[in-house]
Amino acid sequence: MAAREGRPDMLAYLLRRVVLTLPIMLGVSLVCFALVHVAPGDPLISVLPPDATAELRGQIAAMYGFDRPYPEQFLRWLTRAAVGDFGTSIATSRPVAGEIWKAFGNTLMLAVLATIIGFVLGSLFGFVAGYFRDSWIDKLASFVSVTGVSVPHYWLGMVLVIVFSVQLGWLPATGAGPGGSAAWQWDWTHVRHLILPAVTMSVIPMGIIARTVRALVADILSQEFISGLKAKGLMERGVFRHVVKNAAPTALAVMGLQLGYLLGGSILIETVFSWPGTGFLLGQAIFQRDMPLLQGTILVLALFFVVLNLIVDLSQAALDPRVQRS
Amino acid sequence: MSVTASALGRPTPVERSPGYWAGVVRRLRRDPVAMVALAIIVVLVLLAIFAPWVAPNDPYRSSMIRRLRPIGTPGFPLGTDELGRDMLSRLIFGARLSLLMGVTPVFVAFFVGSFIGITAGYLGGKVNTVLMRTIDVFFAFPSVLLAIALSGALGAGIFNGLLSLSIVFIPPIARIAESVTTAVRKIDYVEAARASGASAMTIIRVHVLGNVLGPIFVYATGLISVSLILASGLSFLGLGVKPPEPEWGLMLNTLRNAIYVQPWVAALPGVMIFITSISFNLLSDGLRSAMDIKA
Repeated sequence: MAAREGRPDMLAYLLRRVVLTLPIMLGVSLVCFALVHVAPGDPLISVLPPDATAELRGQIAAMYGFDRPYPEQFLRWLTRAAVGDFGTSIATSRPVAGEIWKAFGNTLMLAVLATIIGFVLGSLFGFVAGYFRDSWIDKLASFVSVTGVSVPHYWLGMVLVIVFSVQLGWLPATGAGPGGSAAWQWDWTHVRHLILPAVTMSVIPMGIIARTVRALVADILSQEFISGLKAKGLMERGVFRHVVKNAAPTALAVMGLQLGYLLGGSILIETVFSWPGTGFLLGQAIFQRDMPLLQGTILVLALFFVVLNLIVDLSQAALDPRVQRS
Repeated sequence: MSVTASALGRPTPVERSPGYWAGVVRRLRRDPVAMVALAIIVVLVLLAIFAPWVAPNDPYRSSMIRRLRPIGTPGFPLGTDELGRDMLSRLIFGARLSLLMGVTPVFVAFFVGSFIGITAGYLGGKVNTVLMRTIDVFFAFPSVLLAIALSGALGAGIFNGLLSLSIVFIPPIARIAESVTTAVRKIDYVEAARASGASAMTIIRVHVLGNVLGPIFVYATGLISVSLILASGLSFLGLGVKPPEPEWGLMLNTLRNAIYVQPWVAALPGVMIFITSISFNLLSDGLRSAMDIKA
């Protein structure tokens, strides 16, 4: 009976969460669209010749659709974006969508690797700290995690370049290897370029995951069922298994969200390492005042973050039915 | 009858017992890590205020003949930058803009976010729905992306940077304020205060603020370190503060090409950001455990 009731519950929860996400996505698109119109200056400044006549300006504005009323522009932009058409870059005259997907792949590669490194190290530090609470190991691990969340990562990237590229000459300082990102291969000549940016980026999730895991482990160990298990004669290894099983869902959820933050916040690290990802593209769009490119990149990153949040929520609910009720 | 009503009408203040803040201060003073962090912050603030008297040189005076001198150069203990300006003086003056850019947005967001959250939580109903769904939209952006998108669209400059960062920090603060206020509103003694005729302002001032401000305050102190890193990050990208002003993030940006010539001079501004940010984080952690607030 209980099992039969469980299913419709989960399905209802899933539907409710998905439906609640739709207005958020619409709101996010509206903000992305509005960004162009809060921007001071003429969005066509980079394509118009300095001596352009009003007539020419009008023609080009009509070409990009800038002459229509805002609601109409928004609807046109949104319906096109829904089928993957983000318009044409003002600076390069190439379709925005192609540029974004190419860059997105590069950023995803970097962010996934950084999340994995951060998760492994963060869980390790957090686990040890929570397990040996208030010991010197805990103090050390906590110090490492507070350092991870406090360090300006763009500066850490510079320091790593100074040490490993400038002084030791072991790893390249910038770029994605010979042939740029188009010729990417999983061989050493290319992977070398990924190491420093990925390690730099991993410091953020490492600190946050270490903090989360430490609190989780300390909390689980202080619960009665653990003392009960110990009293029944459970070995240290058995206790360890229970702690991991209870801490894993939350730790994995934090990891999922961190991936989203890294994807959205990669601009600083990509600037330091000239990594050809979405952050780098965003920088280009900002400084060339390329509004279609800016809108499209922000929209893709923000919507990816919303969807990732949804996936994390749903998998949390699937693993732990208590989540659905809250 | 009227006596009981007026006794209920003047609700007993829920600001925790008079000894509460004294206890927080006492616990905080026994926390050596938090005290060291506080001392560092005080020194940085003093340096920022008294920069013209403390700095050995003019932070704007450049010289083509003494560019990028190493650390330990006589007269320039921390070397010179790419335009020959004294690094030590620029780092000291940099504390002004860097601290201002980092702390102000959290301060603004603390007031605006609390106001939005408390209004939404107290009024409930349609007002709550409109306010909180709008907040949800901004909360749906990764914070770094939102900060860069806003200041990228608005353009560089101190005010635009401050505005963008404030907008980034309002949603999380509003959310906490809203959830605590909604919870407080349902507590029996608040219902009793309302039933006995206490005005909305009295209930908000006494019951809601007394319960809400503590958690938001601790959360906001934790945001300062994030805000410092982000604010300097904006300037590092060429948004935020414009040259020739001394600001740590901007200094890192202009010194980036110097890492092949004077790597350790180029890295110095980041050390300052790091020290400041970790001090605020450690102080916030200390405050959190002294106030016994979880999460």
